[in-house]
Amino acid sequence: MTAPMVHAQGVRKNFGRLEVLQGIDLTVERGQVCCLLGPSGSGKSTLLRCINHLEKIDGGRLAVDGDLVGYRQHGGKLYELREREVAARRRDIGMVFQRFNLFPHMTALENVMEAPVRVARAGKAEARARAQELLDRVGLGDRAGHYPAQLSGGQQQRVAIARALAMEPKLMLFDEPTSALDPELVGDVLDVMRQLAADGMTMVVVTHEIGFAREVGDTAVFMDEGVVVEAGDPRQVLVEPRQERTRAFLSKVL
Amino acid sequence: MASVAASAAKPRPGRPALPPEELVAVPVRHWGRWISAVAAVAALAGLIGSLAKNANLRWDIVGDYLFADLIFDGLQTTLWLTAASMAIGLGVGTLIAVMRLSDNPVLYGIATLFVWVFRGTPLLVQIIFWGYAGALYKELLIGIPFTDVTFIRADTNDLLTPAVAALLALGLNEAAYASEIVRAGIQSVDPGQTEAAHSLGMRPALTMRRIVLPQAMRVIIPPMGNETINMLKMTALVSVIAAHDLMSNIQDVYASNYQVIPMLMVASIWYLALVTLLSIPQAWLERHYGRGTGHHRRSPLARMFAGASLRLRTTRKKGER
Repeated sequence: MTAPMVHAQGVRKNFGRLEVLQGIDLTVERGQVCCLLGPSGSGKSTLLRCINHLEKIDGGRLAVDGDLVGYRQHGGKLYELREREVAARRRDIGMVFQRFNLFPHMTALENVMEAPVRVARAGKAEARARAQELLDRVGLGDRAGHYPAQLSGGQQQRVAIARALAMEPKLMLFDEPTSALDPELVGDVLDVMRQLAADGMTMVVVTHEIGFAREVGDTAVFMDEGVVVEAGDPRQVLVEPRQERTRAFLSKVL
Repeated sequence: MASVAASAAKPRPGRPALPPEELVAVPVRHWGRWISAVAAVAALAGLIGSLAKNANLRWDIVGDYLFADLIFDGLQTTLWLTAASMAIGLGVGTLIAVMRLSDNPVLYGIATLFVWVFRGTPLLVQIIFWGYAGALYKELLIGIPFTDVTFIRADTNDLLTPAVAALLALGLNEAAYASEIVRAGIQSVDPGQTEAAHSLGMRPALTMRRIVLPQAMRVIIPPMGNETINMLKMTALVSVIAAHDLMSNIQDVYASNYQVIPMLMVASIWYLALVTLLSIPQAWLERHYGRGTGHHRRSPLARMFAGASLRLRTTRKKGER
């Protein structure tokens, strides 16, 4: 039996006195799309950032594809990984940010090429061809030479998705990918994500797009105040929630 | 709205109503600007005229010495001293900046101490200190501490020539200032950039080199250009330890011929010329590191002429009226 792609057991995280994750259990199987929903401050973005070790967890166990995130277990102890080892594991996990975080001093094509050339040591010509292919795939083949400042928010986010895909990740994390976009630009980004899900990518998506979660998600997880309130089939959780808190949240956003 | 439209349409008493398309918009006339500009130009012309006619200024001596060999020797020293001090300043400064941003409390403390000492004491004191360091340590040893093993032994005065002392003083002083500029530049880069680079599997050193520093340069270059210009002039201070820069040689001359003012004119003309030349590479660098921001798309020369022609056009328009 293969390990699930993401497996969290009793994950805890504090910011000072504030306990933002109070023992989270979460399982994402290979090829599944898991949508994390909840009010702001519920800890969903923090959980996502823990999955590729941008935040360190303070307790519990968190594994990606069978490997512990940020630690190595040896005997009865957990040893924190060195920066080099953390970086190596992050190569397999793509991340897309709310505010895109494209590199402003590089063109769209250079943004996508950067990690394959500098991290995976791919040849420049090969990386360039592959980057062009990825930009074509997100519908921006003709914008390869543009700098991020010359692109719309929706275009920037699609370049950011192409940049994350360039490392051929086995897991993609999306942190509110459409929250910073004008409403008419949201559709293009969601289309790319829908296609990615159809191609069998394992995805964890923090989102406020209830429609997307219902349509594309295999599981929906509703979080509030650092705990998972309700999880399961999105058509159940987001249509006929069992918990009062979920129902109250949905009545506000729908 | 309705009342405005009504009053605009109503002709003033005693004047014929004009059809709207024949109305001409007249910009505000800035008579005060014209008067103050004429006054300023007149004052400037008077000043230049009096300087040009002043016989005490001895323009003949200025002309004699402007291209003298002695001056060119000094210029050479001034230029390499500026370049080398800035190189040391930027190199050591970047190192200090990274140390100050590091999580290691000892490195942070040492870097802070360095900045405190070298920024907190006058440059003139530092130059004299390095110049006379031979009085503090007679000889320099490189070996294993607390044993008799030595690899290199040298007389301090042989090692610390005036040129080396000048270089150390200017370079280390500059490093203290440069480190603060570099630190501000690094901190100006959005932390999201580092996170994005890390999420792609880039290690911290690679992230710093490829992602953070190139963006920090946009913030670093204008003040470093300022520092370079400052450095060019501060090299004049090393005349106190006879390092044979431009200023030292000028002082040597007026010490023997007593023509202080003309010789200082020669120095000023050369410093001004060099500073003017230095602003060109700065503009190029700013354009290079500004790519992707939408500013500085045109070359500095094109920008200069575009601005000039624009100004000419607007003045001509004013003149035509």
